[in-house]
Amino acid sequence: MGNEPIEKVSIIISRGSLDGIYPGLIMANGARAEGIEANLFFTFFGLDAVHRKRHEHIKIATVGNPGLHLATWLGGVPGMSAVLTHMMERQMDKLDIPSIPEFIEMIADTGAGLYGCQASVDMFGLTRDDLIEQVAGIITVGEFYEMAAGGQIIFT
Amino acid sequence: MPTATFAGHDVEVNDEGFFVDPGEWTEEMAPEIARAAGIDALSDRHWVVVHFMRAEYAAKGTGPTVRVLGKASGVPVKELYQLFPKGPAKLAAKIAGIPKPRGCI
Repeated sequence: MGNEPIEKVSIIISRGSLDGIYPGLIMANGARAEGIEANLFFTFFGLDAVHRKRHEHIKIATVGNPGLHLATWLGGVPGMSAVLTHMMERQMDKLDIPSIPEFIEMIADTGAGLYGCQASVDMFGLTRDDLIEQVAGIITVGEFYEMAAGGQIIFT
Repeated sequence: MPTATFAGHDVEVNDEGFFVDPGEWTEEMAPEIARAAGIDALSDRHWVVVHFMRAEYAAKGTGPTVRVLGKASGVPVKELYQLFPKGPAKLAAKIAGIPKPRGCI
């Protein structure tokens, strides 16, 4: 093995919260910036990141998220998720971190491939038209593995 | 530190081939650095990016990321990757004789 450079990554985004989606996007964008080939595979609630109507409304998970250091009961207060999401978005804007829709558009422009998971699309009763145009296809897990061959797989 | 020879001048570069002293860079060196990095010829559009890298470095002391390039250089992200397939910010920084830009986005 040694220290051979990574030439290809396939990144799976499986969660639909703000904190579940950004890391995978940053990994994919960062890979392309290094000249590494990158594919993104959106599965389960991660599909919301490429859902036409939902990707502008991604929220932080405030319940069951110990990283927020917030009392559990407080996390469930109506509107808490919206408020914290808003605060975090302001902070990200200050650091010039793009919103999820803008980031995904940029990542598609870098030449990374965006794919939806067939099983999840079926399960949620979605069609191709529910997903943003940058999605190159809806593929099966087998097709994902074929595409990932010869590279690293990152699950987020 | 290794040295490299561009346009007849010996310059100090780091292990990844980035200039140690951006002051040693001249425009005449750019085509040779580009060729060594896999870009056969620098078009006008490549030069737009290379000049932008120099200007940003001069102003801020650090090179821009791809996101900044896409927003401010006048060359959109898609085209940046066509011009510099192996990483626009990284390659353009190397060709412009400035350090590799740091930044996660």
